[in-house]
Amino acid sequence: MIIKIDNLTKCFGDFTAVDHITFSVGKGEIFGFLGANGAGKTTAMRMFCGLSKPTSGEGRVAGYDIAKQPEMVKKNIGYMSQKFSLYEDLKVWENIRLFAGIYGLDGKQISRKTDITLKRIGLMNEKNTLVKELPLGWKQKLAFSVAIFHEPKIVFLDEPTGGVDPIARRQFWEMIYEAAEKGITVFVTTHYMDEAEYCNRVSIMVDGRIKVLDTPGRLKDRFHAKNMDEVFRQLAR
Amino acid sequence: MIMKKKNNSQFFAFVRKEFYHIFRDVRTMLVIIGIPVIQILLIGFAISTEVKNVEVAVYDPSNDEVTNRIINQMDASEYFNVTRRLKSANEADEVFKKGQTGLVVVFCEGFGERLYHTGDAAIQLLIDASDPNHGTTVSSYAGSVIAGYQQELLQETNVPVRINPEIRMLYNPEMRSAYNFVPGLMGMIFMLVCAMMTSVAIVREKESGTMEVLLVSPVKPIYVVISKLVPYFIISWVIFIIILLLSVFVLGVPISGSLVWLNIFALIFIIVALSLGLLISTVVKTQVAAILASGMGLIMPVMILSGYVFPIESMPPILQWISGIIPARWFVSGAKKLIIEGVPVRFVLKEMLILLGMAILIITVSLRNIKTRLE
Repeated sequence: MIIKIDNLTKCFGDFTAVDHITFSVGKGEIFGFLGANGAGKTTAMRMFCGLSKPTSGEGRVAGYDIAKQPEMVKKNIGYMSQKFSLYEDLKVWENIRLFAGIYGLDGKQISRKTDITLKRIGLMNEKNTLVKELPLGWKQKLAFSVAIFHEPKIVFLDEPTGGVDPIARRQFWEMIYEAAEKGITVFVTTHYMDEAEYCNRVSIMVDGRIKVLDTPGRLKDRFHAKNMDEVFRQLAR
Repeated sequence: MIMKKKNNSQFFAFVRKEFYHIFRDVRTMLVIIGIPVIQILLIGFAISTEVKNVEVAVYDPSNDEVTNRIINQMDASEYFNVTRRLKSANEADEVFKKGQTGLVVVFCEGFGERLYHTGDAAIQLLIDASDPNHGTTVSSYAGSVIAGYQQELLQETNVPVRINPEIRMLYNPEMRSAYNFVPGLMGMIFMLVCAMMTSVAIVREKESGTMEVLLVSPVKPIYVVISKLVPYFIISWVIFIIILLLSVFVLGVPISGSLVWLNIFALIFIIVALSLGLLISTVVKTQVAAILASGMGLIMPVMILSGYVFPIESMPPILQWISGIIPARWFVSGAKKLIIEGVPVRFVLKEMLILLGMAILIITVSLRNIKTRLE
C-alpha cells in the first residue's frame, strides 16, 4: 500500500474539517478523491502532502509517516495544483531545471531527461519559449510532466484540468494513464464527473467524512445510477 | 557535505530564477532602476546656481551719502538690480511674497553718521532662501559688495570702519539644500526597492500558486524566502552606488565621510528595508495589498516623518516621538552625518545600533509569522 490513512482527523478549533477518514491506495492506482467544495478535500490533501499536521490519527504516504517525517514524504511525491503552477516568466527548460533541481536531480540527469520529456509531450520546439506564451492546455501538460519529472512514487493532482478544453483534458488523462502504467500512483481531485469514471477507484467526501469508496462501476450499480454524476448528486446533495 | 553542496546549488538556482523574474519584467526594471535615476536627476536639475540680476528692495531710513553709495554699487553690479525702495522694514515680507525680490537690504537709522563716529554700523540682509543654493550665493555676493565698499572707505579716509551685515535667510533658515535631500531620497528609494518590491515578489508567488508547489516540495520555505531577498539586496547596493555617483558627479555633493562606513551603514539600512518587505509579505495575501501596505505604511512615513521633507526638530513632540520608530529617520540622520558633515563613524554609532536592533526585531517577527502561517 502506497498510501495508508488511518482515522485521520483535522480540527480547526471546534470545527472538524476532516473527520476520522480511513482508506488506502495501492501502487500504480488512479485514485479519485471527490467531494463538494468545503467537504474537506483540500485539508485532507494538505495533510497527505506533509503540509499540515493531523489533529489525530495516522497516515503513511510512500512509506513515511505524514506527521513525523513530512520532509521524506515531500521528497517522494509530486504535486500539481488547480492553479497553474509553473513560473510564467521562465522558459520551459528553466522551469524544468528549477523544479528538478529542488528534488535533488543533478544537472546532467536533468538535461538528458528534459529532452526526452519534451519530445514525448511534443513541446521540444518550445524548449526556449517563456511559459506564459504557451496555451493553457500545453501548460497543464508541462506542469504535469514537471510534477512527475523526478519519478515520485505518488503524484497528487488538485483539480488539474480546471479550465482546460475537452480535447486537452482527454490528452491530459492519457498522460495520467501513462504515468500509472509506469507505476506512479495518481491521487486526483476533480469536479468533472466524467473524469471520475476514468479512475480505478473513487472516494466521495461529505462533511469531512468519506461517505463511499469503490470502483466507479460498483458505485453506479449500488446507487442505480447511469453515471458518476448521478452518484455524486445523490450523496453530496 | 554532499547534502550541503546540493543545498547550495539549489539556493543559487533560486537566486538565479529571482534575477530572471526581475530582469524579464519591464515594469520591475523601471521601478528599481528608472525611479532612482530620475529622482536624483530631477533634483539635480532643479538646482540652479546661476545668480544674475536679483531684484533688490532697500529700506534706507538714513538716506545719506554712504547708504546711497552702497546702493549704487549694488545696483551697478551685474548680480543685483535695485528696483524698490521700502517705506518701512515691515514691507520686506510683503515684497518677498510677491516673489520677485530676492534680497532686501535694511540699513540702520543714521547709518553714515554712525559709521563715521563710532566706526560701526549695522546693515541687515534679508534673503529669500527657499532655494537654498541660490540664497547662499546671493548672500555671498551681497556680502562682497559691502566688503568692497568697506575697503574703499578705508583707503579714502584711513579710518577703520566696520559694517556689520546681519544676514537672515528667510523661508529656509536651516539652509537645507539639495545635498540634504540625497540621504532622504536614498531612504525612500530603498523602501521602494527593498520593501515594496520584495513584498510584491513574495506575494506574487502566493497569488500565482507557485508558492504552494514550493511548499509541497522538499525545499525549505526559509530558503525560498531568503533567495528572494538576495537579488534585491544586491540590486539595492548597486542602486546605492549609482545614487552616490550621480550625487557626486551630477549634483556635486561632496562626500566628506568614510566611504566604507557609508556603505556599511547603507547595507544595514537595506537589510532593515528588506526585512520590512518580508514582514509585509507574511501578512498580506495579494500584490495590491502589498503595494498598499508598503506605500502607505513605509514610503509615506519616510516622506513625512523621516526628516526628508520636513525637519524633525520643528515637528510637534508627538510626531518627533513617532518618527523615532521609523527606520528611515535614523538612516537619514546617519547618512547626513556621514555624507554631508563627514563625521567619524563613532558619531553614527547610535543610528547604526538602532537600525541593527530594528533589523533583528523585524526579522524575528517575520520568521515567526512565516512559521505559524505554514502550520
